[in-house]
Amino acid sequence: MAYAERFKAPTSLSEKEFTYCPGCSHGIVHRLIAEVIDELEIQGKTIMVAPVGCSVFAYEFFDVDGTVAAHGRAPAVATGIKRASPDNVVFTYQGDGDLAAIGTAEIIHAANRGERITTIFINNAIYGMTGGQMAPTTLLGMKTTTSPYGRRENIEGYPIHVSEVLKELSGVAFLARTKVTTPQDVIKTKKYIKKAFYAQLNNIGFGLVEVLSTCPTNWGLTPIESMKWLEDNMVKEFPLGVYVDKVGDVR
Amino acid sequence: MEKAEKVMVKGTEAIGEAAVRAGCRLYFGYPITPQSELTEYMARRLPEVNGTFLQAESEVAVSNMIYGAASTGKRVMTSTSSPGFSLMQEGVSYIAGAELPCVFVNVVRGGPGLGDIQPAQSDYFQATKGGGHGDYKLIVYGPESLQEAVELTIRAFDVADKYRIPVLLLTDGLLGQMMEPVKFPGFKNLNTLPDHSDWALTGTKMQREPHRVTSFDLDPVKLEKMNIQRHEKYKTIVKEEKLFEEYKLNDAEVVLVAYGTMGRIVKSVVDTAREKGVKAGVFRPISLWPFPYEELGRYTENAKLFFTVEMSFGQMVEDVRLAVNGKKPVEFYGRTGGVVPTPGEVLAKLMELV
Ligand SMILES: Cc1ncc(C[n+]2csc(CCOP(=O)(O)OP(=O)(O)O)c2C)c(N)n1
Ligand code: SF4
Repeated sequence: MAYAERFKAPTSLSEKEFTYCPGCSHGIVHRLIAEVIDELEIQGKTIMVAPVGCSVFAYEFFDVDGTVAAHGRAPAVATGIKRASPDNVVFTYQGDGDLAAIGTAEIIHAANRGERITTIFINNAIYGMTGGQMAPTTLLGMKTTTSPYGRRENIEGYPIHVSEVLKELSGVAFLARTKVTTPQDVIKTKKYIKKAFYAQLNNIGFGLVEVLSTCPTNWGLTPIESMKWLEDNMVKEFPLGVYVDKVGDVR
Repeated sequence: MEKAEKVMVKGTEAIGEAAVRAGCRLYFGYPITPQSELTEYMARRLPEVNGTFLQAESEVAVSNMIYGAASTGKRVMTSTSSPGFSLMQEGVSYIAGAELPCVFVNVVRGGPGLGDIQPAQSDYFQATKGGGHGDYKLIVYGPESLQEAVELTIRAFDVADKYRIPVLLLTDGLLGQMMEPVKFPGFKNLNTLPDHSDWALTGTKMQREPHRVTSFDLDPVKLEKMNIQRHEKYKTIVKEEKLFEEYKLNDAEVVLVAYGTMGRIVKSVVDTAREKGVKAGVFRPISLWPFPYEELGRYTENAKLFFTVEMSFGQMVEDVRLAVNGKKPVEFYGRTGGVVPTPGEVLAKLMELV
């Protein structure tokens, strides 16, 4: 594939400029989702549900029908859309505050019902939009504005492992944890996202991809330092890999 | 169209069947007494008409599922009782903000908190003054009989679609649990339902610009504009959609004001009072929002006294006072906690007042 062809903007992305900070993984993941939608040729029937968080405007960045759910409720909103319109492809895009704190019940039950939706879960171990408070995924010892002494297991409890929790649920058809810090990771993540959509398109069940992500702004690090911090700390706490795969081989 | 038929039904089933006939094919719910039979009815009934029933994990999820389903432009409803409706408020505010059509049913029970499971009218404030956050309104109907519940359920779907607004049927366990003969209309032809293709989320099919359904704008000036537009719509609704019943009011010196179940009870009170020579009548608001302020206020010319009766500590009485606007005294009688005032005790109170 020619260079220009490979790097042209995906059709499924709108003209709108991203609002994300430099070095933030949200942008990379958006592009990957858009490339997958293009390749699967589902742009015309895709409906997205954006979350509350830094990606609250995600529904404007994609050139597809979309809405914004209340904080944490994207899986319930997506369930409503999908049950009303089973022929559409429905995906949610959610941060860790959204999905793993306020929206824990909604994600667990949507996954357990095997809801034919796809969720892209951005785990940056912090609340980005509200200014760097502790998330359920914040690492032990990690300082945030609401865990100024570092997260302590006896006070704030342990980081929650969403993929490990969800993998026990029978409705889940595809589930993987990944990162986007190297080109190889990016390629792998795209493959996972595609499989999570296949889980929906082939009517197998619920699909989710957890992406370990950076938040240079609230971590107080440069983009490069952030990548390194993610590699050195987050990957240890949140092991990468495919947790559930009922989709099998796809192109 | 199927022929209209009169059948004996239970309240909860009457509302469910009316919804199905109105073209509702999507129900999301969560069980709570005294309305679980409606949830159960929809679980049985919707699959028979190729509809979708889903029991959610909570009422919070229910109202957000309603938001999602309503954003596709299809007819969707849920039903619950007081504590459940409190939990739904998050979704109600977002739905009102995003201007999505849908129908909620609140079969009110005694509160606050867990309260009890007996009929009450203590959710009036929450229903008519906004139980969720922000500047918004719901159209609220309070039926007094099963026949009226059926008619208002169908009307609820129609006005929801017409104005893109959530509509609430506010009723109580008495109506929900009673049996009455009801005449159902025929089934609405799904192909004749209002067209929402100009805004609904249906997928672009690569033939149009994306539709975006949201309740928000971070720019305060733009958000204010959204709110102003919504309020212009509310003004039209106030003008066009008020419903009320007037009973023996022509020569009435005492105007009893009550809604729903209580409205029905006070009609029999008025009948007995008239036998005793008391010129009384009933003004029964059917749309609780928009509230018929002017229509009720007109009676200040001839009536001496207004008397509001509610199954609450006094909530609608505030709207009655606004309608009367200090021109005549407004008395109140109510029982709370799920106790239903008997015609006898309301009559005794009335005789004390005159
Ligand atoms: C009900 C409710 N509670 C709190 C908030 C405030 N809020 C907005 S974004 C956010 C955290 C988002 O964090 P996360 O989901 O991790 O996404 P990120 O911004 O890091 O991408 C919170 C708490 C809200 N909008 N609604
Ligand atoms: S605050 Fe963090 S998560 Fe939000 S855009 Fe900036 S870097 Fe990304």
